[in-house]
Amino acid sequence: MIEIRDVHKKLGSLEVLQGIDLTIQSGESIVIIGRSGSGKSVLLKHIIGLMLPDSGEILVDGVEITHLSHDERRQVRRRFGMLFQGAALFDSMTVEENVGLGLREHTRMSPEEVLAKVRACLDMVGLSGVEKMRPSSLSGGMKKRAALARAIAVEPEYVLYDEPTTGLDPITADAINELIRGLQQQLRVTSIVVTHDMASAFKVGDRIAMLHDGKVIFQGTPEETRRADDPEVKRFILGEATEAPFPPRHMEIAARRRTGVWRWLGR
Amino acid sequence: MESPEAQVQRPATDEFLDPVMSLGERVLGTLEEIGRFFMLLWETILQFPAGIRSAPRLVDQMYQIGIGSLPLVILTSLFVGAVASVQAAYQFQNFVPMRYLGTVITRSVVIELGPVLTALVVGGRVGASISAELGTMKVTEQIDALETLAINPVRFLIVPRVAAAILMLPMLTVFSDIVAVFGGWMIARLSLDVSTSVFVEGVRLFFRARDVFGGLVKAFVFGAIISLAGCYYGMKTEGGAEGVGLATTKAVVASSVTILVADYFLAELILRVIFGAAE
Repeated sequence: MIEIRDVHKKLGSLEVLQGIDLTIQSGESIVIIGRSGSGKSVLLKHIIGLMLPDSGEILVDGVEITHLSHDERRQVRRRFGMLFQGAALFDSMTVEENVGLGLREHTRMSPEEVLAKVRACLDMVGLSGVEKMRPSSLSGGMKKRAALARAIAVEPEYVLYDEPTTGLDPITADAINELIRGLQQQLRVTSIVVTHDMASAFKVGDRIAMLHDGKVIFQGTPEETRRADDPEVKRFILGEATEAPFPPRHMEIAARRRTGVWRWLGR
Repeated sequence: MESPEAQVQRPATDEFLDPVMSLGERVLGTLEEIGRFFMLLWETILQFPAGIRSAPRLVDQMYQIGIGSLPLVILTSLFVGAVASVQAAYQFQNFVPMRYLGTVITRSVVIELGPVLTALVVGGRVGASISAELGTMKVTEQIDALETLAINPVRFLIVPRVAAAILMLPMLTVFSDIVAVFGGWMIARLSLDVSTSVFVEGVRLFFRARDVFGGLVKAFVFGAIISLAGCYYGMKTEGGAEGVGLATTKAVVASSVTILVADYFLAELILRVIFGAAE
């Protein structure tokens, strides 16, 4: 179980997290939604200890992680796996080396055992035959799959997903969603998914929490989310902008550019 | 335009304190950077024994830093020796006999030119590549990914690079010394009319092994400076391609300047304190 208690974080002059309270039960799949810049990724990085809060507590199975030393925090992190938005595969290594890195570093498995485990993980994410390839020659969806294989190879209890479907075509995105759901059921891990893709949120979440202005403004099941009264949640689900995307003055400038020298150049 | 009232209302102290505050911020920022650098250095020392245990990563870095830089070092050293020969001969004209040509070239190369020019050339090549590589890893979250796998980036990435650089810089300097003296001899022989036997006699005349040793100690320190500057600026890269470019520039500038400053202090230390006391 992960408990986040009154976490505050300032980045520069911007207060990104303004008192986050959230409890994540073991074995559940929670989706954290919110607009770009609402602090979702920052929150995720706090959970895994890549960022430290200015104030507040984060407890992983009762252990407060923000006051631990670097090495102690790394020990806690061995129970986590994380899928980054850009996959973050090590581009100096092959797919096989990427997936097997955690095993080679932290276990006493023989190279053959590591290889077998790597193959099994790649199979699980539906990616085989690319073991010897470099990340640079993989497509976006394949990179995410490989990164997911790397995250689950160390058999984590918690898997964190940072925008798993962003930048993928709808079919590949759906395949990734299926994969998250499948791994959740097969490996019985706790999944924490950060996304702004509502289709993905409804598909993979047992529970959905919405972040707005650095606070959790809503928590509930997908069904409750659909029926939510909160205007912010409603707007987010329907994808409606609250204000005009471009302030009038910018529109005016843009319009003026069309006349003047630009029209002359266009002729 | 601001109204005159607004201008009057603005507190005058702010304007007065602005330069002082910005100066204070800069000083604090610089002190913070120095602090961070030494924290990285300390962490590198702590992780050193664990970091060099992985032979493949160390050998890979040694290959890239050492063998990779060898052609460049040979080419530059050849011309350094050649120009040392021409310069020395020009200054000797009618005052100093040419049999001292070999002496001057060898000693200046071994004590000063070899280590420093090798460090500057390798610093440009290796410092830039380390900071660009680590910087790209940082901005594409690969460093964070290492952390999530519970791997210490200092042990995994920095220690092999620093270890390889402090091992390979002295070796490259030995090559540089030999090639530069060879370059000096070549010019002496071909364009200055100094015979091989006279040149070699000069080389042997005041040659002292401890000068070579002093040069190698310098190279060792320069290796640490180059790799640590590359790693430091690489690891603190922020914001995309522009950040990586900036980190690379900073790493090369910082290592070049530090090499020349450190060279002076090392010369004082080695030539005066250590060798001076031994006399």
